Amino acid sequence: MELVKLTIDKKSVEVEKGTSILNAARKVGIEIPTLCYFNLEGMNIENKPGGCRICVVEVQGRRNLAPACATEVTEGMVVKTNSTRVLNARRTVMELILSDHPFDCLVCPKSGNCELQSLAHRLGIRDIPYQGEQSTYRKDTSPSIIRDVDKCILCRRCEMMCNDIQTVGALSAINRGFMAVVAPAFEMNLEKSPCTYCGQCVAVCPTGALTEVDNTRQVISALADPTKTVIVQTAPAVRAALGEEFGLEPGSLVTGKMVSALRELGFDYVFDTDFAADLTIMEEGSELLDRLTRYLSGDRNVRLPILTSCCPAWVNFFEHNFPELKDVPSTARSPQQMFGSIAKTYFAKKLGIDRNNLVVVSIMPCLAKKYECQRSEFLTDGNPDVDFSLSTRELANFIKLANIDFNSLPESDFDRPLGESTGAAVIFGTTGGVIEAAVRTAYELYTKKPLPRVDFEELRGLEGVRAATVNFDGLELRIGIAHGLGNARQLLEEVRDGKSQYHAIEIMACPGGCIGGGGQPLHHGDASILKARQKALYEEDRNKALRKSHENPYIIQLYEEFLGQPLSEMSHHLLHTQYFDKSTQIVIE
Amino acid sequence: MAVIKLPESKVQQLKNICKSFNNDKGELINVLHKAQEIFGYLPAEVQEVVAKELNVSVAHVYGIVSFYSFFSMVPKGKFSISICLGTACYVRGAEKVLDEFRKQLNIQVGESTPDGRFSLSCLRCVGACGLAPVVMIGEKVYGRVAPEDVKGIINEYANL
Ligand code: SF4
Ligand code: SF4
Ligand code: SF4
Ligand code: FES
Ligand code: FES
Repeated sequence: MELVKLTIDKKSVEVEKGTSILNAARKVGIEIPTLCYFNLEGMNIENKPGGCRICVVEVQGRRNLAPACATEVTEGMVVKTNSTRVLNARRTVMELILSDHPFDCLVCPKSGNCELQSLAHRLGIRDIPYQGEQSTYRKDTSPSIIRDVDKCILCRRCEMMCNDIQTVGALSAINRGFMAVVAPAFEMNLEKSPCTYCGQCVAVCPTGALTEVDNTRQVISALADPTKTVIVQTAPAVRAALGEEFGLEPGSLVTGKMVSALRELGFDYVFDTDFAADLTIMEEGSELLDRLTRYLSGDRNVRLPILTSCCPAWVNFFEHNFPELKDVPSTARSPQQMFGSIAKTYFAKKLGIDRNNLVVVSIMPCLAKKYECQRSEFLTDGNPDVDFSLSTRELANFIKLANIDFNSLPESDFDRPLGESTGAAVIFGTTGGVIEAAVRTAYELYTKKPLPRVDFEELRGLEGVRAATVNFDGLELRIGIAHGLGNARQLLEEVRDGKSQYHAIEIMACPGGCIGGGGQPLHHGDASILKARQKALYEEDRNKALRKSHENPYIIQLYEEFLGQPLSEMSHHLLHTQYFDKSTQIVIE
Repeated sequence: MAVIKLPESKVQQLKNICKSFNNDKGELINVLHKAQEIFGYLPAEVQEVVAKELNVSVAHVYGIVSFYSFFSMVPKGKFSISICLGTACYVRGAEKVLDEFRKQLNIQVGESTPDGRFSLSCLRCVGACGLAPVVMIGEKVYGRVAPEDVKGIINEYANL
């Protein structure tokens, strides 16, 4: 490792060769403002177009100011980050950016969490000297995401996410000069593009140009309607992140407070998507065993590896990009949808009410779930199994709106029966968790022996693609894991080419899995936040009395009273689904 | 499943163009140039095929097409009007001439009139600076064009 010595604002610093001025300055506590630059350290997610020039600094001996994010340090360099020249240049850059930006802060969904707004505040901008025509575009609303690109500052972070990390390619910078913007091909609506609704572009957009569709008002109306029973389910990753919106340390588990808050908001029953995650394991795990035993007994028509199917953005991705593989993934619905379909049948019957008077709300770390609950496969006579899906961010805002002092709430427990869950379910929220949960159950069902150990460290981590072998009493089960759709693509190409060495593969669309979902509190590029959330989920798992899905007594009861067995006809009808070819085909006339 | 329909001969031609550049994504701009030469313009379907052949996203292809003014997504009119915006022409008022064409034809640069007769585009210096500002219609060159001349020039083509 070669070291380079330099001086920044009179402080001397020694860093590895190849470091940027920006990172060298951080090392000595100097925070140079940035806008287009984005880096999720250790996860290979970096945006460094060097385009906005907010980060300019003065380098002794150079005529022009240099962008700190895109300039490497050299030996003996003398850098000034706060000279009058730098400050003036930075102000001018900011004023120019703002001259083509609407003054909508009061009514912007990003207000209070917008990087452009904080920067204007930090730089003390008090007026915009360059005022003229502003570029305007059509607002584009899809089931999950709103594009209001009048607010786009062309940082291109979303383009990097959608193309380099997710390899979806729904977005690209288009046009030039004044009309330049980031958009889908032919400026078509996102809904017509191959977008998966993973929401990763929303998660990194520094402004209000990309935001989620807000369904809070519809939920408030449902809660106020005396003819409706309104129930809520909360996804595993929410409890590990919601606290951040209330100033708690990243990784604070707020399960009990969250349940209390939802009760105060007026939900009639507060249930847990984790219950449905246990149910998913029963179905998906049985499907894995079924395919595996058929394969081992010589049936060469079974499709292996089996792929998990609990992430709706991932489902969208293979429907668009690998339609020829659409019978490879498990047919099990996502936990959100399993919950909805059980709630509107089994639970509605228990309450003795019509499904149309039962409103199911989900709290999700995810924007793809908003789209998923509108898919026509998940409607019965026009009535959706899940009526509304709110993101973690929307729930936080809802709690604030209702004047609830979150941090002083007591802890309380989920309602029964759909609120009981095991530790296997809670780790669904992180990459590696779904397959670990499946292994815990499949092992015991297959070997008919108790697991010697419940924790599978070999399946955990944040590496983009991981592989492990688990010994099923002599049978070596080979497991692959990918998170981020670009990583998923690698494993899928192997499957398509018949080169995959795995029996089962877990895929989640978001980097880190749902802990890094598009609906989570914004991490602003701090990867340690993702790590803290992941740790929290494993901790909740460890603290649970039951840690294997098939031991959940309410799941056992559900099968006894209602479903029969995993993969029964009833299960197929309510808990499984089918996939469609959504690719673009060029047809010869 | 989204379906895009194109005649076979077109698809084959496009595939051949891509192949002649080894289906290399780095050659995208050259492929598009060639495709525009053959088809006259680059409609969405053509961009879809090129994207598939070069294995890039169609959003990226569109990004390139919309960035460069020499690419067009609308068919050229029967009479394609090009206005030089090179330095000499520019300082001698080419922009005012362009504005007049836009007004008279009621179209923007890169567009065609609804009847398909005229289209409008801009050029860099065409090497006739002595005649600035220069307008070209098909092969014909008009020099020292003033905004007042525009109407008359268009009328020359009225009955052709
Ligand atoms: S939601 Fe995901 S797939 Fe869709 S545009 Fe954003 S990054 Fe791309
Ligand atoms: S939409 Fe947002 S993330 Fe994308 S370029 Fe514009 S400002 Fe940046
Ligand atoms: S990884 Fe989780 S948060 Fe991300 S799209 Fe998939 S289900 Fe949603
Ligand atoms: S942050 Fe460095 S150029 Fe934008
Ligand atoms: S600038 Fe127009 S011909 Fe040279």
